[in-house]
Amino acid sequence: MNSTTKGEASVAVLVREIAAGHRTHRGKLLPILHAVQEALGYVPAEAVPVLAEELNLSRADVHGVVSFYHDFRSEPAGRTTVRVCRAEACQSVGAGRLVTHLRDRHGVELGETSRDGSLTAEQVFCLGNCALGPAVQVNGRLYGRLDEARLSSILDSAVSR
Amino acid sequence: MSAPTPVTVYVPRDSAATSVGADQVAAALVRAAARENHPIELIRNGSRGMLWLEPLVEVVTPNGRVGYGPVAPADVDALVAAGMFDAADHPSCVGVVDDLPWLATQKRVTFARVGLTDPLSPEDYLRHGGLAGLRRALQMTQADVVAEVTDSGLRGRGGAGFPAGIKWKTVLDCVDELKFVCCNADEGDSGTFADRMVMEGDPFLLIEGMTIAAYAVGAGEGYVYIRSEYPDAVATMRAAIDIARGRGWLGDDVLGSGTHFDLHVRVGGGAYICGEETSMLESLEGKRGMVRAKPPIPAIHGLFGKPTVVNNVLTLASVPSILADGARAYQELGVERSRGTQLFQLGGNIRRGGIVELAFGVTLGELVDGYGGGTHSGRPVRAVQVGGPLGAYLPRADFGLPMDYEAFAAAGAMVGHGGIVVFDDTVDMAAQARFAMEFCAAESCGKCTPCRVGSVRGVEVIDRITAGEHRDENLALLEDLCDVMTEGSLCAMGGLTPMPVRSALTHFPDDFVAREPNAATTTAPRGARTEGMR
Repeated sequence: MNSTTKGEASVAVLVREIAAGHRTHRGKLLPILHAVQEALGYVPAEAVPVLAEELNLSRADVHGVVSFYHDFRSEPAGRTTVRVCRAEACQSVGAGRLVTHLRDRHGVELGETSRDGSLTAEQVFCLGNCALGPAVQVNGRLYGRLDEARLSSILDSAVSR
Repeated sequence: MSAPTPVTVYVPRDSAATSVGADQVAAALVRAAARENHPIELIRNGSRGMLWLEPLVEVVTPNGRVGYGPVAPADVDALVAAGMFDAADHPSCVGVVDDLPWLATQKRVTFARVGLTDPLSPEDYLRHGGLAGLRRALQMTQADVVAEVTDSGLRGRGGAGFPAGIKWKTVLDCVDELKFVCCNADEGDSGTFADRMVMEGDPFLLIEGMTIAAYAVGAGEGYVYIRSEYPDAVATMRAAIDIARGRGWLGDDVLGSGTHFDLHVRVGGGAYICGEETSMLESLEGKRGMVRAKPPIPAIHGLFGKPTVVNNVLTLASVPSILADGARAYQELGVERSRGTQLFQLGGNIRRGGIVELAFGVTLGELVDGYGGGTHSGRPVRAVQVGGPLGAYLPRADFGLPMDYEAFAAAGAMVGHGGIVVFDDTVDMAAQARFAMEFCAAESCGKCTPCRVGSVRGVEVIDRITAGEHRDENLALLEDLCDVMTEGSLCAMGGLTPMPVRSALTHFPDDFVAREPNAATTTAPRGARTEGMR
């Protein structure tokens, strides 16, 4: 209980600091949410009322924005995040095989985090690497022309890091 | 004996190149140069757009830049030992890059500098003709700049093809102290990457184009809305804007002209719909990316209710050369009402994918078979999707179609943003039609019913068709549903989703037959998109 209160308090302090840093920006909620997620790895529920107060919005407004965008997480991701492009160009060169491989070899379906918290898998529609598919992004870094073996070696080295 | 002069070596920093090892290649080159005591000056350029050759290493010689590609990090030592720094011949040497027919036959206007220069070097930018358009614009009246753009015939490259000059004139004619220029860099269409390559490969070009637009319409503030899937483009644009500000290319006194314009990068939130202009404006205002009803049009009632120019990256990036070389030079390129050049982006299952910039009017077949060289898998081309996930699937029979807005519209297709995605003969077109509906269901903003609910029903109807349940009735139902979505949706998301579906039905009807029970119709688990759910 004590630690939760303390956690909430520190989230509130951080969120207020971030909001203050964006004071002069127009339409600042998205940049603030990105900054909160960058600092904490997710946008905790405790951040919503603080942001509502800071920006003079209703909680519903803030929650509506947080939940609209696929990028904002309500819970922390695994230590490594792999985003598999499932758009048409990557489909045409076997993106589906990478999805199957993630499930069979690494034990994660798209949208899931592995039990040990090491790996989160997500789908994404287009990473702009359409001539060198199938493409994935691992911890923000783009990879192209992947097959199952290369995906595994990239993930194994990212996870063990 | 004096130390040998360093040889200049280029290795792209474009994220497509780094996705296949360009950073490791660059590091290996530096190590090899030190070991061989052969000094090099390494420049990280943009990509030439010949993506199948990436990582493409170029070595400067008196005859031009000699290319080697694709170079794997493990190949570097052998290449250097074989005399790569002296441009020696080698099986992976492609010769003088500018002389390659794939490049030499293109008409690079917007991409004139991409791949040639260090993207973040303002000196490089100026050396290659940068700022000539802006300098000329600043000496003209605002109305003359707008007229120049109108006369060029430039149409919005984001997909809709609306004449850019008319949009600008509307904003110029609005009387308001606060006006905005917004660049739509939410390049979400699968198969398109030209916006990304401009931002990573020639960011000052976009800054110059936006500054010209701002001067022309009297806007003091601009935003580049970049999708979060493009972290490298975000970083490059931010760095370039800082440099431009420091040089007085942006700010309170642009190039000493007294014009004020400042520019900011905003990052999207992973929502495809934010590529729709009104949804993008909502997102820039810090709201959910819900589509607005039009009218009022954004030119009059745009960002924060103010007059706003909203243009795509390629539209704004076309502007500097129009101002530098005159409307006429641009207007002379192209066919009919499609003037200038288009950035065709060859992707998917293709042997030689990348950027082909040509005047409008080239045929689809010349692009796919000629430049593209057929499929990567070596199997026959079966279908080609043009214009992104909302574009039509076309069979080989349509390869004679010229790439221009009107010819494509007449064929029930669209040029869109110029993306061309190739599929070989293993493609299941019913699965692709289902995916179009599934994508719409995942990415709909939810404001209008035909899009939000229609797409979900579309997936179900296609599943029933491929399960062999009342096939004829369900095909009729699907047609009806497509009509409702086309006619009743608020924006292009719901309105165009029927295009890939119908084209698949028209050109590949044999795929819409009953199949084995439980056969997977797509490759991913149903409802897989759970990120962002709470």
